[in-house]
Amino acid sequence: MSLNSFWFVTIAVLWIGYFVLEGFDFGVGILLPVVAKNQAERRAVLTTLGPLWDGNEVWLLVAGGATFAAFPEWYATLFSGFYLPLFLILLSLIVRGVSFEYRSKYGSEKWRSRWDLAITISSFLPALLWGVAFANIVRGVPLTKEPAGYIQYSGGFWNLLNPYALLGGLTTLSLFVSHGAFFLALKTDGEIRVRANKLGQQVGLVTALLAVLFLGWTMLGLTSKGGVIAGSVVVVVAWLIALAANAKGREGYAFLFSAIATAAVVVTLFTGLYPNVMPNITAGGPGLNIFNASSTHYTLGVMTWVALIMTPIVLLYQGWSYWIFRKRVSSSQISSPEVGVLDTVH
Amino acid sequence: MSALDLARWQFGITTVYHFIFVPITIGSGFLVAGLQTAWYRTNKDKYLRATKFFGKLFLINFAIGVVTGIVQEFQFGMNWSSYSRFVGDIFGAPLAMEGLIAFFLESTFLGIWIFGWDRIPKKLHLASIWIAATGTLLSAYFILAANAFMQHPVGYVLNGAHGRAELTSIWKVLGNSTAVTAFFHTIPSAFLTAGALFAGVAAWMLFHNKDAEVAKPALKIGLITVLISFVLVAVSGDTTSRLMTTQQPMKMAAAEAVYNTKANVPFSLLTIGTLNGSHSVFQIGLPSVLSFMATGNVNGTVEGVNDLEKSYEQKYGPGNYTPNIPFAYWSFRLMIGFGALAALISFLALWFIRKGRFPRKAWFVRSMIALPFLPILANSFGWIFTESARQPWVVFGLFKTSTGVSPGVSAASVLFTMVVFTLLYGVLAVIEFGLILRTIKVGPEKTVERDENSKTFTMAY
Repeated sequence: MSLNSFWFVTIAVLWIGYFVLEGFDFGVGILLPVVAKNQAERRAVLTTLGPLWDGNEVWLLVAGGATFAAFPEWYATLFSGFYLPLFLILLSLIVRGVSFEYRSKYGSEKWRSRWDLAITISSFLPALLWGVAFANIVRGVPLTKEPAGYIQYSGGFWNLLNPYALLGGLTTLSLFVSHGAFFLALKTDGEIRVRANKLGQQVGLVTALLAVLFLGWTMLGLTSKGGVIAGSVVVVVAWLIALAANAKGREGYAFLFSAIATAAVVVTLFTGLYPNVMPNITAGGPGLNIFNASSTHYTLGVMTWVALIMTPIVLLYQGWSYWIFRKRVSSSQISSPEVGVLDTVH
Repeated sequence: MSALDLARWQFGITTVYHFIFVPITIGSGFLVAGLQTAWYRTNKDKYLRATKFFGKLFLINFAIGVVTGIVQEFQFGMNWSSYSRFVGDIFGAPLAMEGLIAFFLESTFLGIWIFGWDRIPKKLHLASIWIAATGTLLSAYFILAANAFMQHPVGYVLNGAHGRAELTSIWKVLGNSTAVTAFFHTIPSAFLTAGALFAGVAAWMLFHNKDAEVAKPALKIGLITVLISFVLVAVSGDTTSRLMTTQQPMKMAAAEAVYNTKANVPFSLLTIGTLNGSHSVFQIGLPSVLSFMATGNVNGTVEGVNDLEKSYEQKYGPGNYTPNIPFAYWSFRLMIGFGALAALISFLALWFIRKGRFPRKAWFVRSMIALPFLPILANSFGWIFTESARQPWVVFGLFKTSTGVSPGVSAASVLFTMVVFTLLYGVLAVIEFGLILRTIKVGPEKTVERDENSKTFTMAY
């Protein structure tokens, strides 16, 4: 495998890490108002994410950094091209992080309900927009070759909101919501667990429908590579197992298979893309691929060493942190739920 | 305003804002780790309360530092795509390493630390804050190495056909002398900032008779941290300015408003220049001090702006290679001035609190409350200086800022995102400041004896 292909795969792996991990915490954020009915429950729900969300988000930062290092032309064209959607995602991630950390500083209903609303909206937007962005990349976008030699996005904002991309967005949104519900069913106890299980099943069925439509459109309309077909089959089969497991209350399996399905979605899209990284919507037009978008062989080599050494270490300690916080969280464990951290003056 | 001007403003606003929180995080992470170690070793309750109290301030601050850092990672691609294409082969590597090596470490172990109280063995819990703090140091090194390439490009070759700089040695980029000196200048100033924060908070608590048990050691630790850090900042600052004189002589000349090359140059305390900034009309200075700062020799020759401009025009072609002189001159002075003032106040304060005294005077507590703001200002002016006095270059001698902006992004788009970021950052600043004040007013919590078998959480969102 050439280093260029290796880095294409590595970036796919980083996005798998990001969607599997932050995918469920987007889902939990979106489900917050429906899955939790009182303050203790809301706090229990968010506490399942407490030690994890920041580490989950780092997968995105590393995916961004790795794209910059390995495929600078892709990084430059993509982020300057998808300017406003990316801006909305950044805005959401800022608000989300602060909301988690600040919501329980005061016990005031108003203070908390505002942060909770912020959590829901700022989880909803990226869950939708990442799907829109990826679907557009796979579909191809208008690109022009500038006189200076580089390839630039020339489609504007509204071009990104085409039906295929919107379907992609709805698919990731629904996928993350169900993935989050399976996570909550696995990580909570009592009423929340029951509600999460039920919501996972309902939204999971919608996800199945959307995924079939989206992947079907991808296969019939865009690319019918063997890998895409195989990937889509894995998505659908894994998803059906997840739903069946959830129906039987086998929460561990439900979550595991929804994670596999989420990973398979990313694999399918990247397989469809390969060896391109940003194809032109017009066949034969200028586009970016793993060769014309890449860094030099030397830089790719350096980064390969870093990735080969660091990734196992990161997986080990991040996995260990999941192990530490493996126990279920229940609302009865939240002592004095109405009191905020800064409420009592001594 | 053009997209270029707006993109520069946006970078300035988001970066200066982000860097308010970064040094506090780096410095106070280690100070909190130190407090927790003191508790672990002595088992004294006051250290536990101090750890939790300052830990809370640390986390309120950390949250904003993290989320505003996300913007930093992506705005190169959004607003500076031509720059990204030019440097990506080199600049991307330290950024990716920062994520993979440092960010994962910080975020995972900080998560373990925040939620791990009473859940994991004490020793492991203590280790987690030290690991998270170490992560912030690694992070600082990688991003400073990336920035050092912009100040003093090394380990690259220009590929004209591809229109970009390409990496030839990662060790040269990571071992860049500019990165090493910047690291030893930035890290002590982060400790200085955190020390000033601890001291200011502790002095306020003592003045208002709050938990002297926690506040007294915190005050001393804070003040001593400021003083030790200041010595290191001054020493590394001296190395930095000498390096700057050889690597970016124009920056040094601008910092000092030295218009014409000469020997025995005084360090200017006040220079009044003509309005067009072409030469000075009046100057008060410390004799030969600048020559010494810049070259290590009182008789050293310092190149002047006008001569440098001429030689750059010959070297790089016609153009304006002079940064905004009054801006460089004043930001350089404000950096040194605010830092030195913080050290002076800390030095005097240590004298006033000798042998357990505490002056209950308004002037004393007011200066102590002002103390934490001084290094924050010094940090900001330091970066404003070093980035603005490199202009017109974004990568010194290789690539101009004006050619780095995204060609496909309209001024309206940049304006829109800039306004929204600024408003959001403003709101967050108000909320964060309110929370910090409130945390200080509430003060350290009383330690509650926990039932070993209790299943309730010590920490929940």
